[in-house]
Amino acid sequence: MSATVIRSAPVVPKPQSPAKLAVWRFCRRPAALIGLFVVTVFILVALLAPWIAPYDPIQTSWTAIRKAPGALHWMGTDENGRDVASRVIWGARASMMAGVISVAIAAGIGVPAGLLAGFVGGRTDMLLGRLVDAMLAVPNLILAIALAAFLGPSLQNAMIAIGVTAAPVFMRVARGATMDAATNEYVEAARALGNPGWRVAVRHILPNIVPPVLVQATLAIAGAIIAEAALSFLGLGQQPPAPSWGSMLNSAQRFLTQAPWLAIFPGAAIFMCVLSFNLVGDGLRDALDPRGK
Amino acid sequence: MNSHLGRRIAQVLPTILLVSMLVFGLQQLMPGDPALVLAGEERDPVVLAQIRQELWLDRPIPVQYLHWIGGVVQGNLGYSWRIREPVLSLVEEKLPVTLQLGVMAFVIAIGIGIPAGILSAVKRNTRWDYIANGIGLAGLSTPNFWLGIMLILLVSVKLGWLPPSGYVSLFDDWRQSLATTIMPAFVLGNAIAAVLMRHTRSAMLTAMDQDYVRTARAKGLSEGVVILKHALRNALVPVITLGALELGTLLSGAVLTEQVFSIPGFGKLIVDAVFNRDYPVVQGVVLVTATIYILLNLLADVLYVVINPRLRRA
Repeated sequence: MSATVIRSAPVVPKPQSPAKLAVWRFCRRPAALIGLFVVTVFILVALLAPWIAPYDPIQTSWTAIRKAPGALHWMGTDENGRDVASRVIWGARASMMAGVISVAIAAGIGVPAGLLAGFVGGRTDMLLGRLVDAMLAVPNLILAIALAAFLGPSLQNAMIAIGVTAAPVFMRVARGATMDAATNEYVEAARALGNPGWRVAVRHILPNIVPPVLVQATLAIAGAIIAEAALSFLGLGQQPPAPSWGSMLNSAQRFLTQAPWLAIFPGAAIFMCVLSFNLVGDGLRDALDPRGK
Repeated sequence: MNSHLGRRIAQVLPTILLVSMLVFGLQQLMPGDPALVLAGEERDPVVLAQIRQELWLDRPIPVQYLHWIGGVVQGNLGYSWRIREPVLSLVEEKLPVTLQLGVMAFVIAIGIGIPAGILSAVKRNTRWDYIANGIGLAGLSTPNFWLGIMLILLVSVKLGWLPPSGYVSLFDDWRQSLATTIMPAFVLGNAIAAVLMRHTRSAMLTAMDQDYVRTARAKGLSEGVVILKHALRNALVPVITLGALELGTLLSGAVLTEQVFSIPGFGKLIVDAVFNRDYPVVQGVVLVTATIYILLNLLADVLYVVINPRLRRA
């Protein structure tokens, strides 16, 4: 009888601090890492657009109208002879900016409101809760369209509209996390030491509600990129001739039979960018969730 | 149960009232004077004063709101500035089109999302689970207007199977109606299918860990009966409520889908109104959409209580 050798799997020590543990958990998810890599590429493309775009994105050329993808224009040219690749690269800038600024607006409104509602409670909570209910009752794109329509069509107004419509979700997330954090002993201890309410909320609770807000922010950037593309597609976001993935899709519709590449590349860029943010968001959620598997 | 429903119904009215204030408040964001927008090239102060008086724009904002909401309560959503028709009649004309599209999209979403969620949960951590999850995530990340354009390119332009755009009423020619709406309904249902799939998977995984499922298996019941009769029936309860929240996605998605496929529905109405600066129509459509959304969510809550025996007894 041969001796059975039981080999245990190599033990990788789990890091002890919560932040290191979260990074460790995140790094164990290949999908999240791929998402992070693609997001980084998109951010770099957006930042380096003036240097890496092969042509001027708004320079028209009557000799290169609707040229199919080839060596000179590897994503082809559009109905005005503009290089599609350059416009997709510059479009990344508009999308990334819209994603980050809209979410900053949403978090800037939603997190303080949620912190206030969760910490103070009572009537303040009830009033803010009703307002959030009312805002969430209007489907977000419809509210964003209405806001953008009344504010006037521009990328800046589209970002405001997307930010304002996304704020209620941040408020709900922050409120729930605040109520959860407020029951902890360190908060009671901070109160017992005589700290005023605002300091307890800002110094002791706010840092502890960052993880769920961060997860929400990552997923909200994906939503904001789609929303900006949708508003630009409808003509309410980035105005021509400035490039944006959504407005490129809008004009591509008219040339679907003659120049399908006009629709394929900007749409694929939106898809990949949003998918990557969703993968990072999912990975962060699993990594930061204390009850994580 | 009655008190729960009573409370829920009592919450609906104040929410609709707040939404109406929000919708009315949108007008205040408008840069410049609405009378100037309405007057167009006309700059005669007498005409402008007349417009302001007709539309109550010369009164304080709370009075304007009370006048507007008073009309809304009586079924008067105002008049379109552009085509001089009551907003309500425009809504009545366009709503059935979006309703048909929405119902078809929801049927498609349920038909794809729930079986995919069950498969993913039953075959947990297998190739099937990964494929279903991957398709779900891709569905969530695909902008529906791009999916619509790609489908037109493939199904209509390359294959010539379905018309690329347009709409035929169900009552005029049901076959042609289905031909014009099946592609937009699929586009609209795609994102909801992805969400339903995720909810169903998570609810099924929870249900399959419960004691009653273990008992059903111990009794020797076949795996199909255990999954469909015991686990799924309980798993579907939360899926209904969470699915109802997706009605907002559906209404938002309809705006873009109708634009891509040139369907003269509710979504196209709001987009056209935005470009014509027809603000009463924008306000009317937003208010009606929000009210429909609130009422459908209430209906989902009622259904939730009705199909959940534990809540029925409470």
